[in-house]
Amino acid sequence: MDLIDILLEPLSYDFMVRAIITTALAAVVCAVLSCWLVLIGWSLMGDAVSHAVLPGVVLAYMVGAPFALGALVFALIAVTLIGVVRNTSRVKEDAAIGIVFTSLFALGLVLISVTPSQTDLNHIIFGNLLGVSVPDLIQVLVLGVVAFAILILKRRDLTLYAFDPVHAHAIGLSPRRLGALLLGLLALTSVVALQTVGVVLVVAMLIIPGATAYLLTDRFSRMLLIAPVVSAACSIAGIYLSYYLDTASGGMVVLTQGAVFAVVYLFSPRQGLIGTRLAKARRKKVAAFSA
Amino acid sequence: MNQRTATPAISVDRVTVHYGEVLALDAASLTLDPARICGLVGMNGSGKSTLFKVIMGMIKPDAGKVLIHGESPSKARRKAGIGYVPQSEDVDWQFPLSVRDVVMMGRYGHQGFTRRASKADRAAVEHALDRVELTEFADRQIGQLSGGQKKRAFVARGIAQGATMMLLDEPFAGVDKRSEATITRLLRELATDGCTILISTHDLHALPQLCDEAVLLMRKVLMHGPPDVVLQPENLAMAFGLDVLNRGRG
Repeated sequence: MDLIDILLEPLSYDFMVRAIITTALAAVVCAVLSCWLVLIGWSLMGDAVSHAVLPGVVLAYMVGAPFALGALVFALIAVTLIGVVRNTSRVKEDAAIGIVFTSLFALGLVLISVTPSQTDLNHIIFGNLLGVSVPDLIQVLVLGVVAFAILILKRRDLTLYAFDPVHAHAIGLSPRRLGALLLGLLALTSVVALQTVGVVLVVAMLIIPGATAYLLTDRFSRMLLIAPVVSAACSIAGIYLSYYLDTASGGMVVLTQGAVFAVVYLFSPRQGLIGTRLAKARRKKVAAFSA
Repeated sequence: MNQRTATPAISVDRVTVHYGEVLALDAASLTLDPARICGLVGMNGSGKSTLFKVIMGMIKPDAGKVLIHGESPSKARRKAGIGYVPQSEDVDWQFPLSVRDVVMMGRYGHQGFTRRASKADRAAVEHALDRVELTEFADRQIGQLSGGQKKRAFVARGIAQGATMMLLDEPFAGVDKRSEATITRLLRELATDGCTILISTHDLHALPQLCDEAVLLMRKVLMHGPPDVVLQPENLAMAFGLDVLNRGRG
């Protein structure tokens, strides 16, 4: 079997085609968002929001409303509760985040257990890449494109917010509104990624690509290119691996992203642990030759 | 002292700010005329940052009133008139932006929905970079600059913004002597062009060359006048809380 066959064979199944499209889309949107999350230091917030939307998704399922609506409502509730606990008690922010998101996640688990059609909803927790239906695909497509478009159109404002909110305020923008926009997009993006890798692993898609790109470049505009390209490539590679190795698809996607991060962490010419040393040695060699 | 012909650039009138139980500003009043450089002197916790935030409209005072060029701070902000040079500790120097990117952020208030840069924006940025003598470093990541260059990059952002007022938080912290002189000269030039400049600092020796006036702050404005008068040791002792012996009288 040559390479072409290896690549083409899975595509003869419709469910694999749907899986690849959904994952690539989710990977791209999550990766773009992750660039801001890792720079602001909101990784934990990404973790929290992506878990806390679970009860919202379950309730939306129960009443037949769009998942995204339920997710947005609960993302808002989570962020508000975290703020309230942090500001009105001596509990610090990380603890407040930990308390709120696990409690909401637990509420989601309890709601799932009392909902008649359990199989469907359990997929939200671990993802069900290979079971993506056509309506699922359309929902992911619509939400993904909306989130992506807003992120790209507002990228300069969001970067300003991440870098210097005081200046944003000084020139008449509203840092609070920009922060809220980013949180709203985080909730929306979580829903997109739920379908593919599930609640538990969404956070990987929301952190790893941005962190990987951050180790490769000193320009934010380049991060916005590197992160989605690397993330989409990892995700598709992960799906192929899971197909041939017969392993969990969501898990394989995240594992691939983690592996690529590890390689970049070690060998990045700018920031890598080994890469910087190699570059230095090479410079020395060149200097020795020219001397 | 000076005849007031125009509206003051900054007018802070009996402003009080609390953070919960803590009193940060206590009926502080300050009037600053346009095109003046004013040094704001006080120890940590004297309310310098709070006063900045009140002037920028980030905090609404519990009592009192703030006017910028005769308008509310929010109106003044929308005209992009207020430039801000942050304290070094408040900046993420690892952030993946070039010097030029940062200066371009000064233009955002003049741009449309997506902040796409026009030819005029680019020209304004290049002019600002040239003015602070950072043109050759424009493509460097901002963390790759020296302490003084970092400050100048943010001053350039204010210039590109077209700010008529600049607030600088500790501009001489972590800056060597030569850069300090460069920054001083630059700020004097800006003031000559009509920019009003307010500097918060506890670096007292730089003030007389730089400032037209100085303010001693200790939750309220203790004194406002020429730097050499305000910086008299007995006045400083008052601002830096060394007046324990006299406190019984008040």
